[in-house]
Amino acid sequence: MTDLTRLSAASLAAKIASKEVSAVEVTTAHLDRIAAVDPRVHAFLHVDREGALDAARKVDAGEITGPLAGVPIAVKDVVTTKGVPTTAASKILEGWKPPYDATIVERLKKAGMPILGKTNMDEFAMGSSTEYSAYGATNNPWDLGRIPGGSGGGSAAALAAYEAPLAIGTDTGGSIRQPGAVTGTVGAKPTYGGTSRYGLIAFSSSLDTPGPCGRTVEDTALLHSVMAGYDPRDSTSINQPVPDVIKAAQLGKNGDLSGVKLGVVKEFAGDGSEPGVLSAFKDSLEALVKLGAEIVEVSCPNFQYALPAYYLIAPSEASSNLARFDGVRYGLREGDNGSHSLEEVMSLTREGGFGPEVKRRIIIGTYALSSGYYDAYYGQAQKVRTLITRDFQSAFEQVDVLVSPTTPFVAFPFGSRTSDPYQMYLADLFTIPTNLYGGPAISVPCGLSEGLPVGFQIMAPTMADDRMYRVAAALESAVGSFTPPEL
Amino acid sequence: MAAISREEVAHLARLSRLAVTEEELDRFAGQLDVILQSVARVGEVAADDIPPTSHSVPLTNVYREDVPAPSLTQEEALSGAPDAYEGRFRVPRILDEED
Amino acid sequence: MTYEEILTKYEPVVGLETHVELGTRTKMFCGCKTDFGAEPNTQTCPVCLALPGALPVMNRAAIAATIQIGLALNCDIAEWCRMARKNYFYPDMPKNFQTSQYDEPLCVEGYVDVVVDGKEYRIGIERVHIEEDTGKTLHVGGATGRIHGATESLVDYNRAGIPLVEIVTKPVPGLGSLAPEIAKAYVAELRDIVRALGVSDVRMEQGSMRCDVNTSLNLPGEEWGTRTETKNVNSLRSVERAVRSEIIRQAAILDDGGKIFQETRHFQETTGDTRSGRSKETATDYRYFPEPDLVPIAPAPEWVAELKAALPEKPSVKRARLREDWGISEVDMQSVANAGAVELIEETIAAGSSAAGARKWWMGELARRANELDVDLAAVGATPAQVAALQKLVDAGKLNDKLARQVLEGVVAGEGDPAEVMASRGLEVVNDTGALTKAVDEAIAANPEIAAKIRDGKVAAAGALVGAVMKTTRGQADAKAVRDLLLERLGVS
Repeated sequence: MTDLTRLSAASLAAKIASKEVSAVEVTTAHLDRIAAVDPRVHAFLHVDREGALDAARKVDAGEITGPLAGVPIAVKDVVTTKGVPTTAASKILEGWKPPYDATIVERLKKAGMPILGKTNMDEFAMGSSTEYSAYGATNNPWDLGRIPGGSGGGSAAALAAYEAPLAIGTDTGGSIRQPGAVTGTVGAKPTYGGTSRYGLIAFSSSLDTPGPCGRTVEDTALLHSVMAGYDPRDSTSINQPVPDVIKAAQLGKNGDLSGVKLGVVKEFAGDGSEPGVLSAFKDSLEALVKLGAEIVEVSCPNFQYALPAYYLIAPSEASSNLARFDGVRYGLREGDNGSHSLEEVMSLTREGGFGPEVKRRIIIGTYALSSGYYDAYYGQAQKVRTLITRDFQSAFEQVDVLVSPTTPFVAFPFGSRTSDPYQMYLADLFTIPTNLYGGPAISVPCGLSEGLPVGFQIMAPTMADDRMYRVAAALESAVGSFTPPEL
Repeated sequence: MAAISREEVAHLARLSRLAVTEEELDRFAGQLDVILQSVARVGEVAADDIPPTSHSVPLTNVYREDVPAPSLTQEEALSGAPDAYEGRFRVPRILDEED
Repeated sequence: MTYEEILTKYEPVVGLETHVELGTRTKMFCGCKTDFGAEPNTQTCPVCLALPGALPVMNRAAIAATIQIGLALNCDIAEWCRMARKNYFYPDMPKNFQTSQYDEPLCVEGYVDVVVDGKEYRIGIERVHIEEDTGKTLHVGGATGRIHGATESLVDYNRAGIPLVEIVTKPVPGLGSLAPEIAKAYVAELRDIVRALGVSDVRMEQGSMRCDVNTSLNLPGEEWGTRTETKNVNSLRSVERAVRSEIIRQAAILDDGGKIFQETRHFQETTGDTRSGRSKETATDYRYFPEPDLVPIAPAPEWVAELKAALPEKPSVKRARLREDWGISEVDMQSVANAGAVELIEETIAAGSSAAGARKWWMGELARRANELDVDLAAVGATPAQVAALQKLVDAGKLNDKLARQVLEGVVAGEGDPAEVMASRGLEVVNDTGALTKAVDEAIAANPEIAAKIRDGKVAAAGALVGAVMKTTRGQADAKAVRDLLLERLGVS
């Protein structure tokens, strides 16, 4: 019998719909796979066996149908799931069971997708390696001694390890795309406002974007269609039809890109990247040209300021968003032994509940927003944000999409970038501009460098998510997929 | 010159309600200094006449109607509370302003 | 120095920040109800409890109400503005930041005119903005529920997130010794304006309208002095008292060669003075920044015009109309307004009282009583319906003026409606002719000499016998009726 965990979401959905296999069988196969390999991968923080099987049974009973009905999914632990622990990989939320579902989780449930469990991540989505998870890092299925990327390393690793056919991620500065790149999977950051943030534990509200992760572009597009769309509970949600990403992915799969102009970001095509990353990127460009695409070099002079602007805006918003974790209404409380005042208990709780990277960012953000520093830091970063948006807008007058490597380096060994926090930040060098602009971007596997996956990033104008899916599917058809060694 | 001093870090930690240890203060002061020196590069951009962007989506006037929606029950509201008493969240004594 | 002496030497500058809790059905950023007095934490949800992941969405009615308040205060309405986060930690504020407005308020540059002692004063309005209320904290273990000495606190978030409008005046100089009265008149006028809009019940005693008062003193010709901010000023009377006591306190310090520190002070209802709170020097840095979870507010000009067209009659216009109806002078009407009695009298008339009667009770007996009790007129303990019922009893001859005052005293003391008090205290005018005749006959029998004089035509002597009858009936008889009956019994009528 076929190993169900090796199939794409699209083929699983077809087999379930035709009753060739049951949703319970598919779900069980993935739960068994998790039981077998997750002790080594550690992609999951919590597995909800009963919840997943209950949902699968509903599909088998014919209560729910739809394009992904019965296809199980893993959800990043930063998204609330009613009655199922949600911790954002932080000690401060250990054991917290939300009394409500995030909008995107509601949609997954409505679509009949069994939720296998919650995936590991950097604490509060702050990091690029999952090394900042309070519950231990996730190991990259390509090499268990290397990072799976971050913050959504758990979701990406779960896909690469065949523990789930689909996963939900969130992308604030690259947390979907960079893990996708270093695990050889696909990760898309939709247009900001295209997917609801209601129920996504906020890191940086003006940047956070939930998005789909899959092993193929088509699977990712299918999930994108299920999760995206207007949500009146999110004030920044865009009340417009979701771009037809499924059709675009199918179109791209045909391998014809005639008339499509790809803009190579000059500033991101040079020495910032490892040689192996750069050569895989260049090979991919050639492959795309063969499919009929035209390559245009474009300059985005302000992109060089994206990283500094991001590391002011994101921590500033985070310092405020994370203020609610004070040990009063939920989560951890420390020091409440009768001898401390509330102020002290709050400080002890936050000190004990947050990890070092979260504390660093809270302190930086508090600094950047302080009177006296606001104009020079937060205010200036917001102006830079305007300039980056203008760079994108003028680039998209010349080209259909922009392309770059997803991240400058392949999966690095654990511990190699934790001593100097800024070295870790460089992992997001190429992904951050898109977040500041608000447009969509996707990472698709494009080759290997010394046996490790390299990601190719395609960035599109806001609400033109379909464009990037077309190019991504074309590239996928040209370079094929990349399978990690057996675990 | 350092962008941020140990004392400033201590002050910011107090503002952020983080009871950081002495050892953390030493470590953070150095790390934050490196980060701040790097991010200070935003200041190189001549942006005096550039409007700031606070929201990437150009939306305005997003409202809900004044129509009640179901609340959580008291039990649900208190379900995650570290401590509760008679329907309320219990917290240790709050420092008096004059204390 | 006496208060008057202080004001010949120093010039006060006063400013007011007033918070009005809107009467919307739901909260500012979520659909939770805003009913007063619900069981604790039963009107909360992920949004107003600040559960991880929850997001706010603005209540259109609250924005409309804020714009209407701005328009009623003659403000300009911003074409584009944003909400901002005010960051500080406090347990009754679930997010540990307040969603408010900072440098982009919804309404700016307005004014309110008030009349005190026949003179009009213009109070400039700097800004009107929208924000959210906090939860309520109960302090346990200390004396009388105060924070000081408490061993723990209990928090209820039902109130957290209820829309709150903040109305900030410009600093007002040049008010002289009338500053306290003018401050009070401004708050009364503001209350009437907001109440007329129907967007809040503006009940200071329930906390749906709260004031902070800024006060400073300077010598004539010199720069304005350092101001203090007095919080916790929760009645019209307290506004006046707070300004007065702060003027007196500051003058004493300045006269001693001392300095005024910029600080927050708390008004003490019991003593009528202010007490030092957290000093502003150590005040936290609020780290305001534009709220990324809410998009900008850009009210369409058509919407603003619509809201403007829907504004009700202005209280000042209404007062002119009522003055006509009630037939009173402008000065009398102004004292009615400044006493906060316009609506009370109006409602009393609507409940069936004559205009003169309604005004007499509210501005006389009840105003005196409110003053004694140190409460606002509305909180004196009598309702317009009760006052109307009282006046009707007087009109029907069942109560005379003296008895009516006693009945009102009972009503204010909580003994029930006028009819009930009249019955329970046995205060009705004696109209029973049999009982009265008996009392008259007894008086005649007891005073044969006076009776003889009257029979001889010395009618003036009747007064003594009427007095005797009134005494035996304990004032419950109608003096004229007694006199008529007496003359009849003596055969002189």
